[in-house]
Amino acid sequence: MPKSSLSSDQVKEMLLQVADAIIAAEPRLSEADRNLGDGDHGLGMQRGMTAGKEKLQELEAGTPIDKVFSSLGMAMMSSMGGASGAIFGSYFRAGGKALAGQEVFDSASLAGFLRAGVDGVKQRGGAKVGDKTAVDSMEPAAEKAAESTALPLPEAAAAAADAAIAGMEASKDMIAQFGRAKTLGEGCLGHPDAGAMSITVILGAMRDYIQA
Amino acid sequence: MSKNSAKKIINDPLKCADELFEGLVLAYDGKARKVGRRSIVMNELRPDAPALLVGGGAGHEPIYHGLVGPGMADGAAIGDIFAAPPPDIVLEATEAVNRGKGVLYLYGNYAGDVLNFDLGAELAEEEGITVKTVIINDDVCSAPPSEKSKRRGVAGLVPVVKLAGAAAQTVDTLEELARIAQKAVDHTRSVGVSTKPGSIPATGEPTFELADDVIGLGMGIHGEKGVGLIPMCTADELAPKILDLLFADDLELNAGDEIVFFVNSLGSTHMMELLILLRAARPILEAKGLKVHQTILDNIVTCQEMAGVSFSITKLDDELKRLWDLPCESVGYTKL
Repeated sequence: MPKSSLSSDQVKEMLLQVADAIIAAEPRLSEADRNLGDGDHGLGMQRGMTAGKEKLQELEAGTPIDKVFSSLGMAMMSSMGGASGAIFGSYFRAGGKALAGQEVFDSASLAGFLRAGVDGVKQRGGAKVGDKTAVDSMEPAAEKAAESTALPLPEAAAAAADAAIAGMEASKDMIAQFGRAKTLGEGCLGHPDAGAMSITVILGAMRDYIQA
Repeated sequence: MSKNSAKKIINDPLKCADELFEGLVLAYDGKARKVGRRSIVMNELRPDAPALLVGGGAGHEPIYHGLVGPGMADGAAIGDIFAAPPPDIVLEATEAVNRGKGVLYLYGNYAGDVLNFDLGAELAEEEGITVKTVIINDDVCSAPPSEKSKRRGVAGLVPVVKLAGAAAQTVDTLEELARIAQKAVDHTRSVGVSTKPGSIPATGEPTFELADDVIGLGMGIHGEKGVGLIPMCTADELAPKILDLLFADDLELNAGDEIVFFVNSLGSTHMMELLILLRAARPILEAKGLKVHQTILDNIVTCQEMAGVSFSITKLDDELKRLWDLPCESVGYTKL
């Protein structure tokens, strides 16, 4: 049955499902990165989410929602290293911080999480929309969620996930401004950013959990 | 399983970073120790002094972690192969080198390193440790002088870490250490050329593609695009091309200036070639009136079995010269 709001334990369950989705998507994420970078994005995300799962499973029942998100972020950050560890770790840490004190996760929480998450990443890495990074999926998802706070959570989550996919599609037409892909110039046209693809997997798994 | 096209003598390709780290600690013969997950720190540190911490991804040995030693860095935070160290490793190294006077982070300008060292600095500040950062960006060909913040850090890191290491032995404040390290960066420029890629230990795949009959002029140590490809040529033809790029940059080099001149192999280029290049380069430096205070010839900043060389010039003023002349010792660079 679709869930209109989540308890902290359900948030944990949702993030465990997100971790499984990323781990399963490893070949697709690595393939996307081979076209642009050094082909190890999927492996890094898999390593981060495997560590994240272990961390989430250790959390006591009733751990506050913000701590559930930031635990995943910390685990990713310390297990991955590199730029991706810092970016995705910051996403969950900064996004989680915005939910301090909240006892349920609803459409407004989703919007708060996505906004603080992308702002944290932008502040950390300096990327903006159009630079062909994960921000190109994060930002439209956050904007869509902000417009959807009056909708039931399952619909808001679906709208955000769709916006992330549209953002990833748009990244195909962008020239990279960050990382190793930057040195390719126009050679990176036609390929989506692998980090943006990871965001679509994360938000897709959140939607699937909320709607199931 | 990997194709291991480079015929690497390793064990599990995914454990290279951890195993090279264990070997590195052993290479210090008890003078340095393992800290936390993957940091190396000298056992004897000058009391009440600001600390110098370096670090970066593994796979470029002996940098950065092989530059730990007396008169060099106090410690290093080590990442996985070609990946920056995560913030908790930066933090564990920071805590171990700090002697109450704060810690200077000194590392190359790559997105992953900047992100993770900044995060490590925030964690350290939360614990009351003062951190300052100086970023090494000596690669002339990675961006124009007007966009220095986009320049990568390459072989010039060796003279920069040496000078900062000497400063860490003599100054009493973190501010002073950071000032001198920044000055060393500002006085250092490098240009690299590549003739063959290295390989990724985990996969055996080359780190980039380069045709057999060309040289990548200005290429970065991971194969980042340089200023262009030129036909394969002789040492006598190549040396002036590299020096012209160095001279055209914004570091003012006038007759009478004293410099450190560093000819670095990117991995597999042989000492024979470095010597032949030095023979070609020295008369050009002298014709410009530059006085070489010290020559360094070695493979210190590498990318596996990548072939190619870089030239680095560090201009010495009185202060830097005094620091340069202090002895230092490390796995990667020793000066008597």
